[in-house]
Amino acid sequence: MRNAFAEEITRLGAKDPRVVLLSGDIGNKLFDRFRERAPDRFFNCGVAEANMMGVAAGMALSGLRPVVYTITPFTTTRCYEQIRVDACYHRAPVVIVGTGAGLSYAELGPTHHSCEDLAILRVLPEMTVLAPCDAVELRLALRAAISHPGPVYMRIGKKGEPVVHQREPEFAIGRAITMRAGETLCLISTGNMMPVVLEVAGALAAHGISPRVESFHTVKPLDQERLQEIFAIYRLVATVEEHGRAGGLGGSVAEWLAEHGPFPARLMTFGTSDTFLHEMGSQDYARRRFGLDAESIAQRLLPALGAP
Amino acid sequence: MMVAAAGLDTDELGRIARRVRARIVENSHRTGTPHLGSCLSCVDILVAAYFHTLRLDPAEPHAPGRDRFILSKGHGAPALFQVLALRGFYPVEWLERYGEDGSMFAEHPPTPHDLAGIEAATGSLGHGLPLGLGMALAGRIQGASYRVYAVLSDGECNEGSVWEAALMAAARRVETLAVVIDYNKWQATGRSEEVMAIQPLAEKWRAFGWSTYETDGHDLPSLVRLLSNVPDGSGKPVAIVAHTVKGRGVSFMEDDNNWHYRIPSAAEVERAKQELGVEA
Repeated sequence: MRNAFAEEITRLGAKDPRVVLLSGDIGNKLFDRFRERAPDRFFNCGVAEANMMGVAAGMALSGLRPVVYTITPFTTTRCYEQIRVDACYHRAPVVIVGTGAGLSYAELGPTHHSCEDLAILRVLPEMTVLAPCDAVELRLALRAAISHPGPVYMRIGKKGEPVVHQREPEFAIGRAITMRAGETLCLISTGNMMPVVLEVAGALAAHGISPRVESFHTVKPLDQERLQEIFAIYRLVATVEEHGRAGGLGGSVAEWLAEHGPFPARLMTFGTSDTFLHEMGSQDYARRRFGLDAESIAQRLLPALGAP
Repeated sequence: MMVAAAGLDTDELGRIARRVRARIVENSHRTGTPHLGSCLSCVDILVAAYFHTLRLDPAEPHAPGRDRFILSKGHGAPALFQVLALRGFYPVEWLERYGEDGSMFAEHPPTPHDLAGIEAATGSLGHGLPLGLGMALAGRIQGASYRVYAVLSDGECNEGSVWEAALMAAARRVETLAVVIDYNKWQATGRSEEVMAIQPLAEKWRAFGWSTYETDGHDLPSLVRLLSNVPDGSGKPVAIVAHTVKGRGVSFMEDDNNWHYRIPSAAEVERAKQELGVEA
């Protein structure tokens, strides 16, 4: 996803003279092509994220479309007040990109994990929260974010994630994309968990279960129309995200559910639990520790469906 | 399009500054708005900027080529509100609603969308300089020659984000950016030097790569000269360390930190107006 981001922002930057790229001293060589094409619109802001976010907001208030890029915790928790005051309160159209969604940088330890970002960003007034599932959705999301009139947060993965969209789907902020039709239950995924969720769907199908899969690339605003439809049809709806179960996609859907309905459907939320991971390991290891691998998810869903 | 500055002479600036001070004191009494000491210490900086130096047209507050002025010490908003009204951004009568529910005028500046003349909604300290740096860099990208001024308090220089911005502005040689420190030697609850070892403040800015000047922050001719001299030809961002007196202009408020929060009585307002020689 990281490389797709670099390519797409280079393309957008060449086309639109308002696009400015600010990076927090990461992405060595990643943005060389952007720098070649628009040397006056690339800023390595150093290891100073609070300032970087304020600078971006100041640019946005002066008619530019700044895109801020660094590792997720440093572009969110590190400079949260600048996001809240400078970007959101001022309704400044800043695009904030966090790379290394969820447990992508598992090996780097919890300082570099981000299992709280969706929760804390979506509670900010004026903020839009995006989590594309692959390189194709990322490109579409970035294009939409740059033309959006207010601040947007977008969490993306690292490099080498599988591409799940075979061709470009129709994309609009706040409109979920149906990845697979099904009758028995609905799996709602956001961000980089989609390949796992599709694997879960395949495993369930082998049990004669027919799962529908939805890509909620927008966590805020939620696609309420789609939720209304899903909850009216299925007995079981499950959200899956590489993020804490509190406050992210699952939390948002639970809030929505509490105010709507009643529905026949039961909601299950899959995400990380209320703990830091103190042992080091790969992203796959970290996912397994939180029960976020395809096998663990399928094993919890089967009994909920009354299957053996 | 380059907009002209008001360019008033310093005698006239002095009369305006006294009037602004009287209006701030009266408004504090009438509406219970605090931070009098902080407001009075930055009045001369605001008046020199708005009535002499800044190239702007109050009738076109969002004109792309205007100079930007950010009151980063947002608790000085009661001073800024008076100056913007007298400069013609909105009618002075609007200030009669000061402190009322639903009005734009309280303790900190609202956003630029809410009130003409405001460039940034400050109040949380340490935000104005990064925002101003972004505006100045945007001007460079767009080929505009406008200047950006940010007024910070000495207490505000406790914030790390101020020094992050100072480093980046120097690295990028943003010569259209100026910081003015309203150096009144106090912060909310103590002497700024005792709380955070702020001295030597001018040396700090110099060491951070800024073209740095020191002045009496109540000397209007000197303020006018320094503010107008941005960019100053050094190729560096400009720092003006303005030595000020908290509560300046009202003898019983000067250098007395109780007036960070105290509200004056009717009798104190009368005394202040007499000292300032204005009817407000």
